[in-house]
Amino acid sequence: MSELRGIYTLWLREVKRYGREKTRLVSSFIQPLLWLVIFGSGLRVTSVGTGGIDYQKFIFPGIIGQTLLFTSMFMGISVIWDREFGFLKEILVAPISRASVFVGKMLGGSTDAVIQGSFVFVFSFIVAVHVGIETYLLCIPIMLLITFGMVSIGLALASVMESLESFGVIQTFVNLPLFFLSGALFPLSNFPEWLRWVSVVDPLTYGVDALRTIILGEAWIPAIPLLYDLLALIVFDAIMIFVGTIIFGRTR
Amino acid sequence: MIEVKDLTRNFGSLVAVDRLSFGVPAGEIFGLLGPNGAGKTTTLSMLCTILRPTSGTAAINGVDVREHPSQVRRMIGIVFQEPSIDDRLTGRENLEMHADLYGVPSAEKKKRIDDVLQLVELEDKADLLMRTYSGGMRRRLEIARGLIHYPKVLFLDEPTLGLDPQTREHIWGYILALSKREKITMVLTTHYMEEADRLCNRVAIIDFGKIIALDEPRRLKEKLEGDMITLMTGDAPRLAGRLKEAEFVKELRQTDDELRVIVRNGNAAMPRIVETAASLGIRIESMSIREPTLEDVFLHFTGRDIRGQGADEYHGLSAIRRRGIR
Repeated sequence: MSELRGIYTLWLREVKRYGREKTRLVSSFIQPLLWLVIFGSGLRVTSVGTGGIDYQKFIFPGIIGQTLLFTSMFMGISVIWDREFGFLKEILVAPISRASVFVGKMLGGSTDAVIQGSFVFVFSFIVAVHVGIETYLLCIPIMLLITFGMVSIGLALASVMESLESFGVIQTFVNLPLFFLSGALFPLSNFPEWLRWVSVVDPLTYGVDALRTIILGEAWIPAIPLLYDLLALIVFDAIMIFVGTIIFGRTR
Repeated sequence: MIEVKDLTRNFGSLVAVDRLSFGVPAGEIFGLLGPNGAGKTTTLSMLCTILRPTSGTAAINGVDVREHPSQVRRMIGIVFQEPSIDDRLTGRENLEMHADLYGVPSAEKKKRIDDVLQLVELEDKADLLMRTYSGGMRRRLEIARGLIHYPKVLFLDEPTLGLDPQTREHIWGYILALSKREKITMVLTTHYMEEADRLCNRVAIIDFGKIIALDEPRRLKEKLEGDMITLMTGDAPRLAGRLKEAEFVKELRQTDDELRVIVRNGNAAMPRIVETAASLGIRIESMSIREPTLEDVFLHFTGRDIRGQGADEYHGLSAIRRRGIR
């Protein structure tokens, strides 16, 4: 019971902090807009082999996935921040397990990332994708499944990083391959055989495919059955939460 | 309330805390006094279960810090040396979070928060973001936070470090009022003599990880038995040489132009010092007499000034230790 309360209060803290950061909220609108409008319209006329789907429409779910990925990873910064400002000590001496601290932070970060991902839906009119309220609601659990594991990676990386700078470098190192390999910007069938195998171990591949399946509906022929997407994400989350808890548990 | 026996902590080959033993009865304000790097914070960290002792035992209210750390954590409140609040939250939100983390009964949460806010006189600032607080207000809020879960022992690590004199005076007032009202046991570390003198029932003077004296501040000062005469003169070494032989001088220390002389009876000794100086043809620039302070006590026991060179060379080590604790 007290562990649950601890998790709740740490979750609440992350969400409150996020809500108060106006610059982050604004920037969360700008980035996906640039991708959709500039990148999307620039590549529209080239043939990427989207199976007859307009390119901007095609990357729309991919950009949601990208926003979730980048935001989630970025959430790790809260560990570094807390250490820098001394607040980590207050949490670590509290009579609550390290695992609960980790889960509280993870859930908070995921909530923030999903809120940020949801902003992208606002732009669906630009790319002329019709997203009904039911479609959006169906996307929420998928978005959560994507972020649980990603935030866990971010937190785990941050807890072994000494400084903000090194975290930034590592983050880019992890973010870009996951993004490019996920099929967010082009179909995986464009890849040569060996790269396709690499993309199989990219969790975002399943996230983007699941989002595309739900958002584009009939028009999109899923690369992977939705059920397998979800299973893959759940397995990924479970492993990352487990590993993250262990790594975070060693934080001093 | 607190029992410490042969408590030791090494960092590599460095012995930061060396077989410390002491006890603190319930309701007492106990001070750990010493220069930076003496091992105060390390000792405190072990009592707070943040750091594991290399050897020896410590128990809070009969519970061993090594065997049942989480049980100990529930019984103690900690005010860290460095700030440890979330400045993106309001004061009240910080307190609420603490109450949740420590499992304060939900029904009592609001009342307790209001109580501690009142205690440190921050009621009207409670709903402002912490980043708008001044250093003194933050410190007060941290003290308030340490009290929400009704700890049996409150640990304060350098509670007034870096605060201006007026704010320091205020914080001291709160600590004393708290001790009187709640009968809470407190352990504080400080390198301010004045702070230890004002607040503590008993003081342990620590140097190089060892206790070199432990008693009430008054009794420690009595150990010096007498008055402290400080005088400035152009030729301190020559005067010192002569005074050393005088039978009324108990102890004498010279630093540059300054002479500190401990004598049994200050009023009687003053004219005789002046006479001695006059007979040598040495001019005395200034002269003052006062009762010995804890600073003099520290000097007496260690042969070093607490803020003097001796302490300085340990800055480097204390930085290494601090990193280790994190």
